[in-house]
Amino acid sequence: MNVIVCVKRVPDTETRIRIGEDGRSMEVTGVKFIMSPYDEYAVEAALRCKEAAGDGDVRLVTLGQTDSQETLRQGLAMGADSAVLLVGDVTADGLATAKALVAELEGTDAPLILFGVKAADDDQQQVGPMVATLMGRACVTGVVSFEVSGDVVRCHKEVEGGSEVIEATLPAVLTITKGAYDPRYASLKGIMAAKRKPLDEKAAAAMEGRLEVVSLSPPPDRAAGKIVGTGPDAVPELVRLLREEANAI
Amino acid sequence: MAGKFEGVDFYDIDTLLTEEQRMVRDTIRDWVEDRVMPLIGDAYIERRFPKELVPEMGELGVLGANLPEEYGCAGLDNIAYGIIMQELERGDSGIRSFASVQGALVMYPIFAFGSEAQKRTWLPKLASGEAIGCFGLTEPDYGSNPAGMITRAEKTADGWRLNGAKMWITNGSQADVAVVWAQTGEQGDTRSIRGFVVPTDTPGFTARDQKGKMSLLASDTSELVFQDVELPEDAMLPESTGGLKHPLMCLTQARYGIAWGVVGSAMACFDEARSYSKERVMFDGPIGGKQIQQVRLADMLTKITQAQLVAFRLGQMKDAGTMTPFQVSLAKRANVDMACDIAREARRLLGANGILVEYHSMRHMANLESVYTYEGTHDIHSLVLGQTITGIAAY
Ligand SMILES: Cc1cc2nc3c(=O)[nH]c(=O)nc-3n(C[C@H](O)[C@H](O)[C@H](O)COP(=O)(O)OP(=O)(O)OC[C@H]3O[C@@H](n4cnc5c(N)ncnc54)[C@H](O)[C@@H]3O)c2cc1C
Repeated sequence: MNVIVCVKRVPDTETRIRIGEDGRSMEVTGVKFIMSPYDEYAVEAALRCKEAAGDGDVRLVTLGQTDSQETLRQGLAMGADSAVLLVGDVTADGLATAKALVAELEGTDAPLILFGVKAADDDQQQVGPMVATLMGRACVTGVVSFEVSGDVVRCHKEVEGGSEVIEATLPAVLTITKGAYDPRYASLKGIMAAKRKPLDEKAAAAMEGRLEVVSLSPPPDRAAGKIVGTGPDAVPELVRLLREEANAI
Repeated sequence: MAGKFEGVDFYDIDTLLTEEQRMVRDTIRDWVEDRVMPLIGDAYIERRFPKELVPEMGELGVLGANLPEEYGCAGLDNIAYGIIMQELERGDSGIRSFASVQGALVMYPIFAFGSEAQKRTWLPKLASGEAIGCFGLTEPDYGSNPAGMITRAEKTADGWRLNGAKMWITNGSQADVAVVWAQTGEQGDTRSIRGFVVPTDTPGFTARDQKGKMSLLASDTSELVFQDVELPEDAMLPESTGGLKHPLMCLTQARYGIAWGVVGSAMACFDEARSYSKERVMFDGPIGGKQIQQVRLADMLTKITQAQLVAFRLGQMKDAGTMTPFQVSLAKRANVDMACDIAREARRLLGANGILVEYHSMRHMANLESVYTYEGTHDIHSLVLGQTITGIAAY
């Protein structure tokens, strides 16, 4: 079964973010970039889907600049078969990104298109559902695991206080979250093989973004802690504050 | 305890690496973080080589990673191979020693001196970790001077008969196959030394764990004894006709990996010392704010940076095919010495905590004493360089 996975290059989640001089972008020098961790789950899910089916191709698609090749090759090293880089600007506008992706995805025979549930950088959770809508496909978001049988995909979700099972008719779009798909390591042979796998590059369909980031600021410094006293005498006051001020108990 | 390992790259050596080499580094670094770090302290205290990691190393492609793909290996360049050693030794010298022996001392000689049949039989299994190998050169009475080895392979009607003993053999008790170097002529005739591929279940072969070690505790070190071990004709590595030169060629491969590997242990110790110095408050301030500890940290960073550049340049020369064994001697000697210093200084910076297994510096410090001694002691590499400089041998 053919599966397409859309992935995004984002700053390493371990990176200490510094804000650029313009006050609305991130300072990128010295920052390490990675594949968004949720997209890694999606790649893993796609690879397992292919392995379970015993045939098919996993194809990666990304919108970004030339440096996103590295992100694609990481996915190829994990085991994806081919990749395409749509060269274009990634704006804050999820719809613009979705349209650029759809221009590439339209007409695909892949019954499944997977996304990470969100990009680890802007946290918008828009692109997957928008692509589904634009393509007229069923969409299930926040999937922790799924199985395909015939033309149905059975999706498991974790919802408040329990789990939910949703079946969707293929073709469908799923957005994957942390759950059953711990990503595999890219093996060294996989890294070598990735060099030889097809990685196409083409200009993205031009899309105008209608959202703009107007400011970016770090969270305020954390205020100093409060010492309410020492020894057993302080306990009642501590309990009162935890209950009344912190709402923690 | 330190947070996530961040690496040390003051001179931006990252930009000298290819995308592929960086990807290799990230993969192995993540694997070490996820799989080695959680168990290494306990394994060390239990004096146990964590053998359960071997299939994973095989699957990742760590074993013999710079040998060609046609034998099931990853076919990486030598800088990528060095980076693997660095990242493994960031975890523990014992883990790196396992990979060094398997790749450089067992797979390499089979690859370089073996018949096609030997290569096809052993290399894929050794690459996948299905088989473990060891390398027997050192003997109880012939350490730095293996030329005098006593272990003999005697020609029989249909093969060879092996008698003798090897000492300090990494992986010895766990191995499925041993590459054993033995004298086929008169003792002292270095031209008659040959390599043999010996399955460890051959009758007459025994391995005994070396007891009482204080270093490299998460590694198997054993004594091998051969008593009338009957081997078929084709047990000999047919191309190992260069006498003592051929085992020394294997050692050059392994020493190359050590020159990179110990940079990893030094980085681990520096990383630990750096974060500890910022957190540990004494005399009303972090110890990292005291001049003595800053000198310590500055020295560490300087030495690591120098060692990284040595290793990187050595890798370039190895890939270009111009690297000489003497250049490898310099790198092994200088980088191991550097790592020993850094591990000791890091341990000291950590105060009493520095003697605990929860921290890593003392484990590295103790391990590195083995690394200082094996693969040619520090002194022997001084003599190699001394001879290179003066033309006068001083052994
Ligand atoms: C943990 C561990 C794992 C090992 N794994 C293996 C393995 O897998 N396979 C293998 O074959 N071997 C292995 N070795 C053996 C190792 O290579 C030898 O220990 C090493 O070559 C030194 O030999 P030796 O211990 O006999 O010391 P010796 O040669 O007896 O040296 C003793 C001291 O004398 C010095 N010295 C020696 N000759 C001279 C000289 N001419 N001038 C001045 N000083 C000199 C040395 O530097 C040293 O300080 C391992 C050793 C250890 C500790």
